[in-house]
Amino acid sequence: MHQTFNAALGINLLYANQQCADHNRSHFDEWGITCFNIMSSPGAGKTALLERTLASLSDELKIAVIEGDMTTNLDAERLQKYGVPVIAINTGRSCHLDAKMVAGGIHQLAQEYNPADFDLVLVENVGNLVCPAEFEVGEHAKVALLSVTEGEDKPLKYPIMFQEADCLLITKIDLAPYLDIDVSQIAANVWQMNPDVAIIPVSAKTGEGLEAWFDWVRRCFAAATRSQTSQHR
Amino acid sequence: MHETDMTKALIYTVKNWWKSQPKQPRISQIHLIVGKFTCVEPASLQFAFEVQTRNTFLEGVKLVIQETPLIAFCHRCQQEYFPQIGLQYACPDCHSPMDDIRSGRELKIDKIEYGYASNL
Repeated sequence: MHQTFNAALGINLLYANQQCADHNRSHFDEWGITCFNIMSSPGAGKTALLERTLASLSDELKIAVIEGDMTTNLDAERLQKYGVPVIAINTGRSCHLDAKMVAGGIHQLAQEYNPADFDLVLVENVGNLVCPAEFEVGEHAKVALLSVTEGEDKPLKYPIMFQEADCLLITKIDLAPYLDIDVSQIAANVWQMNPDVAIIPVSAKTGEGLEAWFDWVRRCFAAATRSQTSQHR
Repeated sequence: MHETDMTKALIYTVKNWWKSQPKQPRISQIHLIVGKFTCVEPASLQFAFEVQTRNTFLEGVKLVIQETPLIAFCHRCQQEYFPQIGLQYACPDCHSPMDDIRSGRELKIDKIEYGYASNL
C-alpha cells in the first residue's frame, strides 16, 4: 500500500541568489560603497559609458569596476587604462552575472585593496536584455541602457529589465537624426511598466547628456551614503 | 542557460528537505509555480531537471509546473486586469502604468509529493 503525502515548501527558486545578493549589499553598506548594476543588450554602449564615467568622475569618487563577460577580458582591459581597479569575471556559458560571482569579485577587491576606501562599485553585467534583471548581485540601483538603434519596442519585448531599472540611459543619441526613431515613444513604452525611472539620453561619443548622468550618479551615491550612515548609528 | 542554475538550486533545496526527514521518502512529484512574467521557460526547466537528476535519488521524479498568468491591479480603477506581454502593460481602461503585479512573478517550489515503500 503506497500512501502519498504532500510537503508544502513554498521556497523561491531564486532564494539562494537573493540571500547572497543581500550579503553582498551588506558588505557594501558596511564599507560605505554604492553599487550600480549596469545592464543592456550587447553593443548598447555599457563599456563606452563606463570609459566616459571613469574619465570624468574618478578624481571625484573612488571607483572600482566588476566587469562581467562570458569570455575574454577585452572590456576589462579597456577600462584598466583609466587607473581604477577592474575585477574581470568570466561567466563562461552563463548569460548573466549572479550574486555568487560578484561575491567572488568583492572578495578579490577586498584582498587587493582596502574596500572602505571606495565610494562606488560599478558592475558591468553581461550583454543580455532577458535574464540579468532577475538576478540581484547586491546593487543599490539598476542602470539599464537602450541604444537608439535598437528600436522603440524593446521595453515592451523585454519588460522585466525596464521595469526593474532605476535609471534608463538612451545611448548613441547622436545617431537619432539618422534613424526613424521616436525617443518619446521609448519613454512612453517604459512609462507603462516603470513611471518613476529616470530617463537620460546620452552620447558617449559627443558627450551629450553625460553631465546629467554624472549628476544622477552623484545624487544616488549621496542618498545611499546617507542611508548607510544612518544605518550604522 | 539560467534554467540550469535554477534546477541546481531546486535539487539542492529538495535534497536538504529530503535529508532532514526522519526517514528518507521516495519522492514521486515536485510541484513548481512558474509565473509567465519571469525569464524562466518551463520546457527548459523540465529538460535541465531530467538531465541533472539522472543517476540520483530524484531520477524519474515528475516535475509538475503550474504557470501563473500576469495579472496587474489598477489602483485608479480598483480592478485587476491582464497585461498583454509584449504589447500593452498599462491599464486598458485608464492607461495608468502597471505598478502592482498580483500574479506572474512567482518562481517557487510549491510542494513535494512522496511516499514510503510498504514493508511486505
